[in-house]
Amino acid sequence: GGFSFENCKRNAVLEGEANKVGCSMPAARKTGTTICGVVFKDGVVLGADTRATEGMIVADKNCSKIHYISPNIYCCGAGTAADTEMTTQIISSNLELHALSTGRLPRVATANRMLKQMLFRYQGYIGAALVLGGVDCNGPHLYSIYPHGSTDKLPYVTMGSGSLAAMAVFEDRYKPDMEEDEAKQLVRDAIAAGIFNDLGSGSNIDLSVITKGKVDYIRPHDEANKKGVRTGDYKYKK
Amino acid sequence: MAAAASMMPYFAQQISSKNDLVPDWMGQEVSTGTTIMAVEYDGGVVIGADSRTTTGAYIANRVTDKLTPIHDRIFCCRSGSAADTQAIADVVTYQLGFHSIELDEPPLVETAANLFKASCYRYREELSAGILVAGWDRRKGGQVYCVPIGGMMVRQPVSIGGSGSSYIYGFMDSNYKPDLTKDQCLDLTAAALSLAMERDGSSGGVIRLASISESGVERKVILGNQLPKYSTH
Repeated sequence: GGFSFENCKRNAVLEGEANKVGCSMPAARKTGTTICGVVFKDGVVLGADTRATEGMIVADKNCSKIHYISPNIYCCGAGTAADTEMTTQIISSNLELHALSTGRLPRVATANRMLKQMLFRYQGYIGAALVLGGVDCNGPHLYSIYPHGSTDKLPYVTMGSGSLAAMAVFEDRYKPDMEEDEAKQLVRDAIAAGIFNDLGSGSNIDLSVITKGKVDYIRPHDEANKKGVRTGDYKYKK
Repeated sequence: MAAAASMMPYFAQQISSKNDLVPDWMGQEVSTGTTIMAVEYDGGVVIGADSRTTTGAYIANRVTDKLTPIHDRIFCCRSGSAADTQAIADVVTYQLGFHSIELDEPPLVETAANLFKASCYRYREELSAGILVAGWDRRKGGQVYCVPIGGMMVRQPVSIGGSGSSYIYGFMDSNYKPDLTKDQCLDLTAAALSLAMERDGSSGGVIRLASISESGVERKVILGNQLPKYSTH
């Protein structure tokens, strides 16, 4: 456990050698996501960044990580993009059929059960780390779901490579029974912490505010990394 | 839990951690590092657990409830892989509930323990779960059954489990005596868990206690700042 300092000496040698031939060390690469959720007085707020990466390249600068499960339940996904997308779609479909069978609005606990049982069945090979939130007949609920199928029911959760940065913000400023605006600001700040401090997250902040009877899907809530306008021109003048 | 720690990499999925850009804890399965304990007294049982769930070196949940109800008067204490123990507990809860409805009677603690044993033994190669089953029934009163990794099942008057339990075997051997009262059991459990949480990095947070008897279940939480304090200096 703990930080491994083994490569620091190697890096120092390589940097020296690179500088000797006039090159510089390669810049850091980004991998990953920041997603989070918080329970407030009237419901839940879910947040996510919008960067999708394929190894060293940003594959999508504005992808949507907050997925629809049912009219009152949404789910943020971190990990393998295909896995989070397909898993949430499968459970969304099954939940709709289930709701038609029961004649009732689906419960967050039901979605949680279905997701955890599927992920456990695949023994962690489906790389989906999810933040599931919604409002049902028993009030607002928030779950974090891990790829191996364990779940935690908590008032505030974060997932993804930026989760430590986001959790630091939550641990500082979370209070029970916040107002909607306070909760939105808190989630926005938590995702921003992930975007700016984690090399794996970036671009914009998406929010989803779920209350009894209403869902605000705010995409984007905050364009934190708008592309600048070019101030100059390199065209060769005749 | 030293045995569990060495078994974990065998069937836990390992995303390569050689790459510095993927944080160490992202490749690790979620584990309830844990210290759990259960004690029988005349008329019931006292169970206790810490509240820390870890993924590698990150604490994924610092307020976990590892004391899981299986039936009205039967609980289990979970240690090992969070996913495995949650899945097993859900299955046993269903099986025991069904069995109880068939019988039209509250189920026996021994039955619950055997259901755990059945799952843990059959899938012993795939699972990483150390469980204490404790509760009260009319036939034998308070009972504690220990179902460690591998799927053994044995009744014990007092049992400890989890990675933190290694640090309190001496404390238990010297401080447990038979025929304790309920309050003495609660104090002993709180003291033992507090000592283990102090020394084991994978255990910590708050202490969750529960006492189960004929009259029902009483739950208690001891927060971090209220923990019994011990020190060697």
